[in-house]
Amino acid sequence: MACDANGTAGAIRAAAAVVTEHRTELIDLDRAIGDADHGENLNRGFTAVVSALASATPETPGAVLKTVATTLISKVGGAAGPLYGTAFLRAATALGDRSEVDLEGLVAALRAGLEGVKARGKAEVGDATMVDALAPALEAAEDAAKQEGADISTVLIAAADAADRGCESTVDLVPRKGRASYLGERAVGHADPGARSTALLLRAFAEAAR
Amino acid sequence: MKKIINDPADVVVEALRGLAAAHSGILRVVEDPALVVRTDAPVDGKVAVISGGGSGHEPLHGGFVGPGMLDAAVPGAVFTSPTPDAVQAAVEATTSAAGALLIVKNYTGDVLNFETAAELAGAEGTEVRSVVIDDDVAVADSTFTAGRRGVGGTVLLEKIAGAAAERRYSLDDVEAVARRVIGQVRSIGVALTPPTVPHAGEPSFTLADDEIEFGIGIHGEPGRERIPAEPADQLVARMLAAITEDLPFERGDRVLLFTNSMGGTPQVELYLAHGIAERLLAEQGITVERRLVGPYITSLEMQGISLTLLKLDDELVELWDSWVNTPALRWGV
Repeated sequence: MACDANGTAGAIRAAAAVVTEHRTELIDLDRAIGDADHGENLNRGFTAVVSALASATPETPGAVLKTVATTLISKVGGAAGPLYGTAFLRAATALGDRSEVDLEGLVAALRAGLEGVKARGKAEVGDATMVDALAPALEAAEDAAKQEGADISTVLIAAADAADRGCESTVDLVPRKGRASYLGERAVGHADPGARSTALLLRAFAEAAR
Repeated sequence: MKKIINDPADVVVEALRGLAAAHSGILRVVEDPALVVRTDAPVDGKVAVISGGGSGHEPLHGGFVGPGMLDAAVPGAVFTSPTPDAVQAAVEATTSAAGALLIVKNYTGDVLNFETAAELAGAEGTEVRSVVIDDDVAVADSTFTAGRRGVGGTVLLEKIAGAAAERRYSLDDVEAVARRVIGQVRSIGVALTPPTVPHAGEPSFTLADDEIEFGIGIHGEPGRERIPAEPADQLVARMLAAITEDLPFERGDRVLLFTNSMGGTPQVELYLAHGIAERLLAEQGITVERRLVGPYITSLEMQGISLTLLKLDDELVELWDSWVNTPALRWGV
C-alpha cells in the first residue's frame, strides 16, 4: 500500500486536527520551560495549512509537503516555524515528484526531515528538543520497514511509538538548545514541547494511515 | 484573565492600528505581514536599521521607529518572533543602496527567522547584515547552550545604531558600532509577578507572595534562581553585582545606566531603584554619565525591573545624545 497526494493531504489534515486538540497541552508544556506560545503558534500554522490545501490541491505528495513547509514558515514564527518548515521542505525534496509515497520514500522523507531539523537548529539527541523525538522515530521506522509484511501503517506506528518514548526521555534532560536551555537544570522534570508536538504529529500520521 | 482586548488573535494588529493613529506623523503600519515603517523610508543614502521580535515588549520595537532610530520594526505574535517573509518585507520597504542592518535578540526563533530573511534579501541583491545582541548575564553562556538572551541592552543598541545610520555612517561602520555596543552592554532583570499572555489566558508562572525570580527573561521565562523578597537596597546591590562582575565594570568606567520597568512596576519604585543604583555605582567609582529610566522593554504587565549598564566612550555618548524622534524616545528635535 502506498500513499498518494490525496492520502498525504488527508494525513496533514488529521495532524492539523490533532494540533488543535492539543493546543492547550502544548501551551502548558511551553509555559513550564519557555514562553507559553508553542501550541498557539503551531495551531495558527496548521490552520493556515488546511486552508492552503483546500484552495489548491497539489498533485504529488512532495508538493503537498512543500505547501505545508512554506505555509508553516510564513505563519508560525518563533523557532517552530523554521524548524518544522525545514523538516517538511526537506521531506518534500526527498520525495521529489514521485506520485506515491512507498516505504522507501517514507523512510527517506523522515531521514531528510530529521537532517533538516538538526542542521537548522544545530541540535543533537540529548539536547531536549524535537530531535529527541524525531531521531528515534527515524531509527524505528528504518527497522520496521525491513520487517516482513511492513507497510506504511506499521512503519508509522513504530515511528510514533518511538517518538513517544523519545519525548518521555526529555523529561530527565537538561535542555541545551532553544529557550528551555536558559533554565538549565531548572527545566528538568518537564517534557520538551517540541518533542511532544513531533510525537503528536507522527501519531496523527500513523492513525491516518491505518 | 482580565485584559482590555477583543479577541486574543487580534491583539497585535489592533494595537498596531492604535500606534499608527497616535503617531501618524512618524510612522505607518502595514497589517499583512505586520510591519511598522518610518513614513519617509527608504531614506536615500542611509543604512536602514531594522529590528523586531515578539510583541508584548512595548514600546520595543514599534515605539522606536522614526528618524534617529529604527527604519522599521517587525512585530511577531505575542512573545513569538516574526516570520522571515515579514522581515524581508521590512527590508524591501526601507532599504536604499546603502544597505540594511538587522538587530536580532539572541533567542532561537528570532535568530532562525532573521537569518533566513537576511539570506532571502541577500539573494535578491540587497546588502543586509545582522547583529545578535546577548546582554543578559542571568543565563549560562557556553557552547552547549543557545547562549545568553538579548534583553534591555537592545534599546540602547537600537538608539545608537539608529543615530549612526542617521549620520550616514556606512553599513560597515554602523555594524562596527553595533558590535561595540553589544560587547560593552550587560543586563539583569527580576520579576515580582508573572505576565499573562493573551492567548494562554493564565499567568506564565507562579511566585509566592514573598518570592522573586532573579534573572527573569523578557518573556517571563526564568533565569538564575528564586530568592526571598528583600529590601530594595539589597536587591539592587545584588542586581548590580551580577552585572559589574560580569564584563567586568571597574572603577573609572563611564557608563549609561538604564533602569527599566518590566511593565507592571510603577514609577515610584522604578525611580527608587534607580536612585539606589546611582548611589552604589558612585560608591564603586563608576561614573554614570547618561541615564534612561522608564518602561522601554516590557513583558506585558509583569511587575519587575531590569538594570542595564553600557560602558561608554566619546563616540557612543555622542551617538546616544544625537537627536531622535520616535513615539517612545524623543529628544533634541
